[in-house]
Amino acid sequence: MVSSNQDIGYNSKVEGGVIVSKADAVINWIRTHSLWPMPMGLACCAIELMASGASRFDISRFGAEVMRFSPRQSDVMIVAGTVTYKMAPALRRIYDQMADPKWVIAMGACASTGGMYRSYATLQGVDRIVPVDVYVSGCPPRPEALLDALIKLQDKVSTENSAKNLLKG
Amino acid sequence: MPTETTEYNAPDSGGKAAAAAQEFETEHLEVSMGPSHPSTHGVLRLNLELDGEVVQKCDPVLGYLHRGDEKIAENMTYNQFVPYTDRLDYLAPLANNAAYAMAVEKLANLEVPERCQAIRVVTSELARISAHLLGLGAYTMDVGALTVFMITFTEREKLYTLFEELTGARFTTSYSRIGGVTRDMPDGWTDRVMVFCEEFLPLLDDVEALLTRNRIWFDRTADIGIISKEDAISYGLTGPNLRGSGVDLDLRRDAPYSGYEQYDFEVPLGENGDCYDRYAVRMEEMRQSVRIVRQAIAKMPGGPFYAEEAKKIYAPRKDKILTSMEELIQNFMITTEGPDMPAGEVYFEAENPKGALGFYIVSKGGGVPYRMKIRGPSFNNLSVLEKVCLGGMISDISAILGSLDFVMGECDR
Amino acid sequence: MIAQDLKAALQESCPDLEDRDSLDWPAFNCPISALVDVVRVLKEDHGYDVLTDATAIDNGVAASPRFTVVYHLFSSQSHTYTRIAANCDDDSEPTAPTLTDLFKGANWMERETFDLFGIRYEGHPDLRRILMWDDYPHHPLRKDFPLAGFENEISDPEIAANTGVKVKPAPMAGGPFVAQQSCFESKREPVAKDESWNEQNEKPDS
Ligand code: SF4
Repeated sequence: MVSSNQDIGYNSKVEGGVIVSKADAVINWIRTHSLWPMPMGLACCAIELMASGASRFDISRFGAEVMRFSPRQSDVMIVAGTVTYKMAPALRRIYDQMADPKWVIAMGACASTGGMYRSYATLQGVDRIVPVDVYVSGCPPRPEALLDALIKLQDKVSTENSAKNLLKG
Repeated sequence: MPTETTEYNAPDSGGKAAAAAQEFETEHLEVSMGPSHPSTHGVLRLNLELDGEVVQKCDPVLGYLHRGDEKIAENMTYNQFVPYTDRLDYLAPLANNAAYAMAVEKLANLEVPERCQAIRVVTSELARISAHLLGLGAYTMDVGALTVFMITFTEREKLYTLFEELTGARFTTSYSRIGGVTRDMPDGWTDRVMVFCEEFLPLLDDVEALLTRNRIWFDRTADIGIISKEDAISYGLTGPNLRGSGVDLDLRRDAPYSGYEQYDFEVPLGENGDCYDRYAVRMEEMRQSVRIVRQAIAKMPGGPFYAEEAKKIYAPRKDKILTSMEELIQNFMITTEGPDMPAGEVYFEAENPKGALGFYIVSKGGGVPYRMKIRGPSFNNLSVLEKVCLGGMISDISAILGSLDFVMGECDR
Repeated sequence: MIAQDLKAALQESCPDLEDRDSLDWPAFNCPISALVDVVRVLKEDHGYDVLTDATAIDNGVAASPRFTVVYHLFSSQSHTYTRIAANCDDDSEPTAPTLTDLFKGANWMERETFDLFGIRYEGHPDLRRILMWDDYPHHPLRKDFPLAGFENEISDPEIAANTGVKVKPAPMAGGPFVAQQSCFESKREPVAKDESWNEQNEKPDS
C-alpha cells in the first residue's frame, strides 16, 4: 500500500493505532488504485478494451475493473475507437457529466489522431474536444499497452496536488 | 433448432406487457437510448417512445461510426484498401479480408490456388467462431449472465494467439490479399488449430449447459423479438438472423465460393425466429465451423499460397524484390499505381459471421476503384429493429440487440 | 443464357430494357419510369425476392446523366443475382422512385443513398439522413465532394459554442498516395488523389 511519496511510515508499536501522513499522499493513494473507467467503446479498439477487462489481461489487477457506463460514477474516460463528428458532441457531453477529478486516455490511433481515417466524417484526434492525459499508440493497441497507459496515468495521478485542488474547489 | 419446449412454458411477453399496461396507469415516455449505452454494443442510438414499459415506437439512429470508408476507397488503390476491410466487422477481420479479396479477384477474373482457398476457409471459419463467441458473450452479459462472457473471452484469447502466430496481429490482420494471402501458415500451426478445436467443443458444451436449459435465460429470450420469415426476407436480413427465422439460406452452401462446396456441413435453422432461436443457431454454427476447419485442414492441399501468374496484382515476395530487377519494378508499380484491373462491374457477397458482406465494385480500369459500395450485413439486420421491438418491454430490447449481434463498424462504414 | 431469357421476359413489361455491361451477373439498364414495374416483375414472377443492395453511382460532375441508381436483387430459390440500373433524369436535383412498397429493407438503403448522394426517393415514407447528422449540408459520395470534407458546424450548437470545435477538412498531405495512370510517365509521382490540402493548396486553418 506504499505509494512513492508517502513520507512517513507506520509503526504500530510506536504509534498505536495512528497513521500520520500527508493528505496528498492519502488522497492520491486512494485515487490511483481505484480509477474507475468510463469505457467509451466506439469502434474496434473497444474489443481490445473488453479483452483487457477479461480474464487473460485482467485489468482489475490495477484497480480499474469497475467499468461504469454512467459518467457520474467514473474517473477516467477511456476513448477506445474512432470519434466521428457525429459522435463528438455526445462524447463531450459525457465528459462534462463526469465528476471531477477526471482523466482521459486516448486509446489507439483513431482516438489520438484520427488514425487511418483521414476523411470528412472523422474527428482528427479526440484531443480537439476533450483534454487527454495519456495517448496510447497502436491500431489497435494491445491490452498490455492499455495497461501500461493505466500505470502511466496512475503515476500522473499520484503526483498531483490533490489536497490543494480540493480546497480550491 | 429442435429445442425441448415441453418443460418450459414459454413466457408470453407481449401478453404480459399488455396485461401490465392495463393494470397500471402508464405514462407516455420518450427515451433516447445510446449512443453510449452498454447494451447497444458500440454507438447505436435508439429513440424510443414508450407507454409505461411497452415500446410503441423505435427509431434507430445510426451514423455515429460513419468513417467514410466508401469515399476512402475511391481515393486509394485496391491493395491499400485491404486494411480498411479489417475494420468493417472488427470481430471477424479475417473473413472480411477474404471477402474483399475475392470480390476484387472476381473483377480481375483471377483464380487463386487451392491452398490459398483452403487457408481462407480455415481462417474465415475461425473468425466466425471468434465473432460468435464475442456476440454470445456480449449477449449473455446484457441479459445478466457474466460467467459466459468470461468463458468466451478466454476462448477468444486462444484464437487470438493463433491469429497472431499466423498474421502478426491480434485482430487487425489484413491477411488475405488480392490474389493470395500474406504468408503461408507457419509450421505446426494447423496442429495447434486442431488442438484448439479439440478443446473448444467440450467448452461449448459447458456454455450450453449454462444456458440452453437455464430457466432465466429461457425466460429472457424465448418468444422475445420474433421476426417472421417474410419480414426476415423483406428486410434483407442475412446470416444467423435470417436462419434463426427458419429461412434456409447460406451462401457457403448455396452459392459456394473459395471451395466451400468440398466440405460437408449443415446449416442450422431456427423455428420461431425469436431471440432464443438466434442464440441456438449461432451455437450450432460454431460446431459446424469446427467441422469445416477440421475437414479443410485434413485435406489441406500443397502448392503456392498466392496466384503466381498474377504478376500485376499480387506484390512479389520480399526476397525476390531484393534480388531481381523485374520484381522490384513490379513491386514499385503495384505500390504506386495499384493493381491493373479491367473496367467493369462486379458484385460479390460472402457469408460472414454477421451475414452476407457484399462488395459492389465499379471499375474504370487502373488501380483505383471508381465506386465501391460495401454492403454491411448489420445495416440490414438492424433495419428490422423498428418492427421487432414494437409491443415488447423496454428490458427486452437488450436481449433483442444482443441476439441480432451487430457491429457498428460495418453498419455505418 | 439466363440473362437472355430474363431479358426477354422483362421486355414484355418494359420494352426499353437494355443490357448493362457487367462482369458477372445479368445486368440491365432500365428507364427510371419503369423501374418499379421491372423490379416488381422480377420479384413476383422470377423469384428475386431479396433486395440485397440499393445504391447509386455518381458518373462525374460533367457527365449527363450524372446519377445512376443501382439495385442488386437476389433470388433465395435459384441463388443468383441481377443488377438493375436506372439513370436519374435531373442532374442537379436527382430523383428516383422508391422501392419501399416492395421491400421493407429498401427504406434504410434509400435513406443512405439520399444521405450520401442527395437522390430524392419519391414516395419514400421517411426520407431523412441516416449516416450524417440531419442538418449536414453536403452529400459526401458525390464526386465534387473531397475526401477531406468541407469546413462546417458540428451537430450540437451548445457544444460548438462551449468548445469552439468545428468540422475541419482532414489533413491529406500525408496520403494515401496513388500515382495517376493517366499522365505522362515521368510525372507519375504518387500523390494524394484528394488534393484539398497539399503543397499547392494551403492547409485550412485549424
Ligand atoms: S485505432 Fe485502429 S483499431 Fe482502434 S478504432 Fe481506430 S481503426 Fe480501429
